[in-house]
Amino acid sequence: MSDATTESASTTAPEPSLLTRRRLPRWAPAGIGVASVALGVGIGVATGLSSRLQWGLIALLLFIGLTYVITARVEGRHQAKDRVATSLVWACFMVAVVPLYSLLQTTIAKGIKVLDGNFLTHSMGGVITMMPGGGVYHAIIGTLEQVGLASLIAVPIGLLTAVYLVEYGRGKLAKVVTFFVDVMTGVPSIVAGLFILSFWIIILGFGFSGFAGSLALAILMMPVVVRSTEEMLKLVPNELREASLALGVPKWRTILKVVLPTSIGGIMTGIMLAVARIAGETAPVLLLVFGNQLINNNPFSGAQSSLPYYVFEQYSNGNDASYNRAWAAALVLIGFVMILNLVARAIARWKAPRTGR
Amino acid sequence: MAKRIDVSGLTAYYGNHKAIDDISMTIEPRSVTAFIGPSGCGKSTFLRTLNRMHEVTPGGRVEGKVMLDDENLYAVGVDPVAVRRTVGMVFQRPNPFPTMSIYDNVAAGLRLNGTAKKQDLDTIVEKSLKGANLWNEVKDRLSKPGAGLSGGQQQRLCIARAIAVEPKVLLMDEPCSALDPISTLAVEDLIGELKERFTIVIVTHNMQQAARVSDRTAFFNLAGVGQPGKLVEIDDTERIFSNPSVQATEDYISGRFG
Ligand SMILES: Nc1ncnc2c1ncn2[C@@H]1O[C@H](COP(=O)(O)OP(=O)(O)OP(=O)(O)O)[C@@H](O)[C@H]1O
Ligand SMILES: [Mg+2]
Repeated sequence: MSDATTESASTTAPEPSLLTRRRLPRWAPAGIGVASVALGVGIGVATGLSSRLQWGLIALLLFIGLTYVITARVEGRHQAKDRVATSLVWACFMVAVVPLYSLLQTTIAKGIKVLDGNFLTHSMGGVITMMPGGGVYHAIIGTLEQVGLASLIAVPIGLLTAVYLVEYGRGKLAKVVTFFVDVMTGVPSIVAGLFILSFWIIILGFGFSGFAGSLALAILMMPVVVRSTEEMLKLVPNELREASLALGVPKWRTILKVVLPTSIGGIMTGIMLAVARIAGETAPVLLLVFGNQLINNNPFSGAQSSLPYYVFEQYSNGNDASYNRAWAAALVLIGFVMILNLVARAIARWKAPRTGR
Repeated sequence: MAKRIDVSGLTAYYGNHKAIDDISMTIEPRSVTAFIGPSGCGKSTFLRTLNRMHEVTPGGRVEGKVMLDDENLYAVGVDPVAVRRTVGMVFQRPNPFPTMSIYDNVAAGLRLNGTAKKQDLDTIVEKSLKGANLWNEVKDRLSKPGAGLSGGQQQRLCIARAIAVEPKVLLMDEPCSALDPISTLAVEDLIGELKERFTIVIVTHNMQQAARVSDRTAFFNLAGVGQPGKLVEIDDTERIFSNPSVQATEDYISGRFG
């Protein structure tokens, strides 16, 4: 009899489900985050810690600790570890974003002061450095021309090298080329500048010019283009090459019409990133382009300026008007690089292999 | 227009590894020849030597003769590109060009070779898609990407692409292995129609398929792991499936293998 009752009791009691378990509400991570920031600030104020960094670190540790403890109590240890991993990823993301955000914020706040139409369309010709006024027009021209020329040199060479390495390269020569590309990747920009200085200006006797700077920038850009293009070409499935070859298409046409179009999005992104990288180089410009206060539209003769050089030059003037100009030019440079990145993304999206219906 | 293939003493290597050894056979024009045999016995390798695709693989090497009517594909001075235009190929996995529309995929062979005029192209694309039994399914979406089709449709698209360049011989490497029974049937029907115009060679692991579509069947085998594959026998399909002259063939077909 007693046996029967216990049995019926156990059958009527709802069986614990295998699939659902107790879960924290969806707002829990955010809630824990807010609570730990509040606590972190509270502790910081109470103990009189001066540095905001310390407050942030305390909040971070609290966040991870609280996440673990609370989840472990409600959802179990397994889930707790999972949540801690997630919160760690979030924390790292925040740590990475905070400096970036503050960099952007500082540059915008300081740069916006003198950034206007006048600044963008005038050079420093006839401007006294102590006084406000003047602009970056000559530096923008310089950057566009130098980077453009460097790309004109580096992109075709880099592309062809990558095509050779991936599509044709077998044996010794390919290994040697790969080795040199690796070495070139590690060349510091000042060394590239010195090399062109001794070769182009001292030995061959050409003067300072935007083009001399482009040569050094091209040296820096080429390995980046080769590497990124190589990776993109390797991603093209061999089946596509074979499909084309089996149709009786010659190899060079296969590369031109099938392989390159399939990977063009990624290749363009790589090129844009390489351009963005050299657009910020100061050292070669310093050595080879010399710097200029005036507009020089001809990159092949005479000194020019460039945006990173302009920033450097203005900042070394050491007065408020120059500081403002330096920040504004930095903002222009960031904007330039940002536009390039957006263009690269747009091209990548536009050219990406279409799989939709 | 279809051509006879006459293979004699053909050996193929991957680097130092001998994949197939001393294969000789005749493939009749306007017929379907099926290759069967266990995995790794060199069916694909042999198939790829018939349009000089084998040498595309790094280290791929071929010895022996492949006569297409009266021309040796491996004679000096023969252009592999021209060979591949004459001997088309359909692969095991559908591989449409991802950047191209359905129309462009079919037109690819002609466009990339620069051999077609604009007006002709429309006719050829329609004819090829009809030939591949795909026209009705795609005629309203020719400008949509080829990769957006189902697997079976993609495979038929690849067949349309292959026949658009009007080859004399069509090689198919397990063309139905990724397809459902209905698409398989469509492809098999298609093979039946295509053999009026082409010489067709098909590799398959499906015995029923070989029995259904082929006129002649070749059985390949290998002595052991790492050994090169060999042709055991080639005969009329009916004979191979009813009364083969070699015991190993019967064992393989009836499932008493190994
Ligand atoms: N790319 C390659 N490199 C080196 N060896 C290869 C390559 N492709 C195939 N082989 C070897 O050649 C032999 C024959 O392979 P093949 O692909 O022709 O077999 P198969 O009969 O088509 O097999 P399956 O029925 O599985 O497709 C195998 O031993 C294989 O390991
Ligand atoms: Mg195979």
